[in-house]
Amino acid sequence: MTDQKAPLILVVDDYQDAREMYAEYLQFSGFRVAEARNGNEAVDQAFALRPDLILMDLSLPGKDGWEATRELKADERTRHIPIVALTGHALAGASDGAKKAGCDSFVTKPCLPDDLVVEVRRMLNAVKQG
Amino acid sequence: MKSVGVRTASRTPLRADATARLELLEYYLEQNEDLARCAQVSLEWLARHEGVRRSVCLAVDADARLLVGVGGYGVSHEDVELFSWPLSDSHDPLVRVLLSGQPAVFRSSRGNGHARTPQTPLGTSSFMALPLRAGRLPDADAVGLLLVRAVTPLTPDLTWLITVLGQKIEQIRGRGSVAREARKLRRERTLFYTIINSVTDPILLTDTEGRLIVANARAEKLFAATEEANEGRRRAVELNNMLFSAALSRTVIEAPSEARELLLVDPSDGSDLLFEVLSSTVEDPREGTGIVSVLRNITDLRRATEQIEENYQKLRVAEAAVRAERDRLNLIIDSVADPIIVTDPGGATVLMNAPAEELFTAPPDAAAVVQRGVQSNDAHFSSFISGLLLGETGPGEVRQGEIALINPLSGTPIPVEAIAGKVVSESGELTAVVTILHDRREALERARLFEQLKLGADELQMRVQAATAELATQNELLRRQAIELEQASRLKSQFLANMSHEFRTPLNAILGYTHMLLQGVAGELPPNVKRQLQRIDSNGRHLLTIINEILDITRIEAGKMPMQISDVNLNELVPEVMMELDPVVARSRLSVVTRLSPQPLIVQSDRQKVKQIVVNLLSNALKFTHEGGIDVAVSASGAGGTASISVSDTGIGIAPEHHENIFEDFRQVDDSPSRQYGGTGLGLAICRRLAHALGGRITLNSDVGKGSTFTLTIPVDAAQ
Repeated sequence: MTDQKAPLILVVDDYQDAREMYAEYLQFSGFRVAEARNGNEAVDQAFALRPDLILMDLSLPGKDGWEATRELKADERTRHIPIVALTGHALAGASDGAKKAGCDSFVTKPCLPDDLVVEVRRMLNAVKQG
Repeated sequence: MKSVGVRTASRTPLRADATARLELLEYYLEQNEDLARCAQVSLEWLARHEGVRRSVCLAVDADARLLVGVGGYGVSHEDVELFSWPLSDSHDPLVRVLLSGQPAVFRSSRGNGHARTPQTPLGTSSFMALPLRAGRLPDADAVGLLLVRAVTPLTPDLTWLITVLGQKIEQIRGRGSVAREARKLRRERTLFYTIINSVTDPILLTDTEGRLIVANARAEKLFAATEEANEGRRRAVELNNMLFSAALSRTVIEAPSEARELLLVDPSDGSDLLFEVLSSTVEDPREGTGIVSVLRNITDLRRATEQIEENYQKLRVAEAAVRAERDRLNLIIDSVADPIIVTDPGGATVLMNAPAEELFTAPPDAAAVVQRGVQSNDAHFSSFISGLLLGETGPGEVRQGEIALINPLSGTPIPVEAIAGKVVSESGELTAVVTILHDRREALERARLFEQLKLGADELQMRVQAATAELATQNELLRRQAIELEQASRLKSQFLANMSHEFRTPLNAILGYTHMLLQGVAGELPPNVKRQLQRIDSNGRHLLTIINEILDITRIEAGKMPMQISDVNLNELVPEVMMELDPVVARSRLSVVTRLSPQPLIVQSDRQKVKQIVVNLLSNALKFTHEGGIDVAVSASGAGGTASISVSDTGIGIAPEHHENIFEDFRQVDDSPSRQYGGTGLGLAICRRLAHALGGRITLNSDVGKGSTFTLTIPVDAAQ
């Protein structure tokens, strides 16, 4: 089912059920998927794999999603990779904080896998066209 | 008649008649001592009657053996007086004329010059020398020479004059002793003048008409002016003479010996000079009656007198002023209601005003009890001021104290406050002590009343303070309670926010996996499993709605629902809501009508919140309406500056008793666990909170079984 040419999505989430669920459904939807459990892994994976898009949960143990995003967006090699923030914090201001850290898009949990795939496709198309 | 000849001296000589000769002889008789005067008058007579314009009279001074000039006419007097010729030179032409006794003619030295022309006051012109003989006989000795200019024929008048003049010279010469006597007299006269001139007071001898006979230098300064003197001085002198004559005439007439004052003018500077004139009449058998006046300058004396008078007047004025001042002081002191006592350094009373007299004096015939009262007062007062009198306090200090006096007449105690001050002279000596006594009864009464008032006020103040403190305590308690409540509320909101987040994470997985299974990730599912999964999905969604609504409420209550005010066009917003809910509307199979405002209706508000309220209201209407229709209307209310959106349905309706509580949290009309309608019961609670946050309200109009109308009313400008 996987295709060498399919876009590579890095899914970052500390909650295993959610991470694997999104990964499984993204693969089911035709994407290549890599996973990271925290901010440090996310940065390492991003440098190593250079994914086409990163799904970044913001509340992470250790280095959190905001910090990891800032780091990646500050680096020449990873700056171009679109980052879609995922958060359970629906309070106002959460999306502003994510945008400020450098996220390109923002999705509130709970988010159905289908909706997430729609957002991923939209972002990849935007990059392609941009 | 005799004066006519004198006054009309003309160039035409007048033949001397007997009268003229007699006149000269009379003069000789009068002037029997002064040779020079006789010679002078004789030469003038000769000029008048014989036309001799220039002539000189020389006389022999036997003692000095000199021929000297005694008179001249038409020549320099100085030359005449300086002329002196020794008789010893017998060859001298003039001496020879004298010795020969014959007239001789001397021609001008510029003529043929056979004879030497002697040097005479007549100069170098030709003249005739005529010997003057001592007697009528031709052999009588010549006692002098008459030198006349030019050659004149010996007329009878000239011959007569030579004769009488010679005899006169002889007469005067013959009285050589008389001449010495005259010199002595002249010396004495000089001495006399020196003496009277040295007197600093003016001294004058006048005749009875006031004409000046003798005056000393001082007097001359006042009464005589030379021709060269300026106009002012001459006028002053004239005035002085007039004043003096007037004064003198009064003196003579009224009281000769009495001193009188005479105001004259100082001719040198025009200032007033005041003199005291002492005049006395002198009787002289020869000179007749004269008046000797001595003027004493009393100008300074008068000035001094005036000064003294003035000072005396000043003194009297000052005295009057002091007396008036004292009278005024007495009046003032008497008018003071408080007793005032002035005491001398010995402690004796110098002065007291009427109120003081009432306390410290009693008539001698007063009752014994009154006398004792006065004595008691006196004793108290004396002990009070003794400190001051003994010098316990310095100058300028004031002693203050209280004395218990009594009213001598009534025996009533009078507590007084005494204030005593020292009166100290310039030399620092104590001159008096002034004491003022002030009746303290009124002040004490006032103080008592004031004390009572103060007590009352203090009590009142204490009560007010106590009440205020109580109030403050209450306030503080309330404040703390408010803080605690606020904290509790905030903690609750925070807790709920965290809870909703914690709920979402597992719910995300539940809904996600359910969705994935339903999407066929695990392959095609049997219909019953698919139905079961759909139950999981719908219940999960319901749970998510509940969580979202709880989150909304906690956001509002935590104040974390910021307002984003912008232009909101309600005529656009309502169709938007309709589109969003279109699937639900379609499923309900109800007719939903929207009626927009005929005019554009744009309000200043938070678009998202307005929309959330409308969505909620419409969702409720759809949920509780089974048949009929729903009407959504947008309208502006004219006067209030408000806009409203109302949602009317033909649903089940709400009983009046539930109209209020349906807005409470987790409340539906049917609260039973087996209730027919879904939903959290938080929707209206959220709508009402949001409406309040926008400055508006939600009202309800409903009848059971007929339907309900919920109306959102918001201000046109929420910022206001």
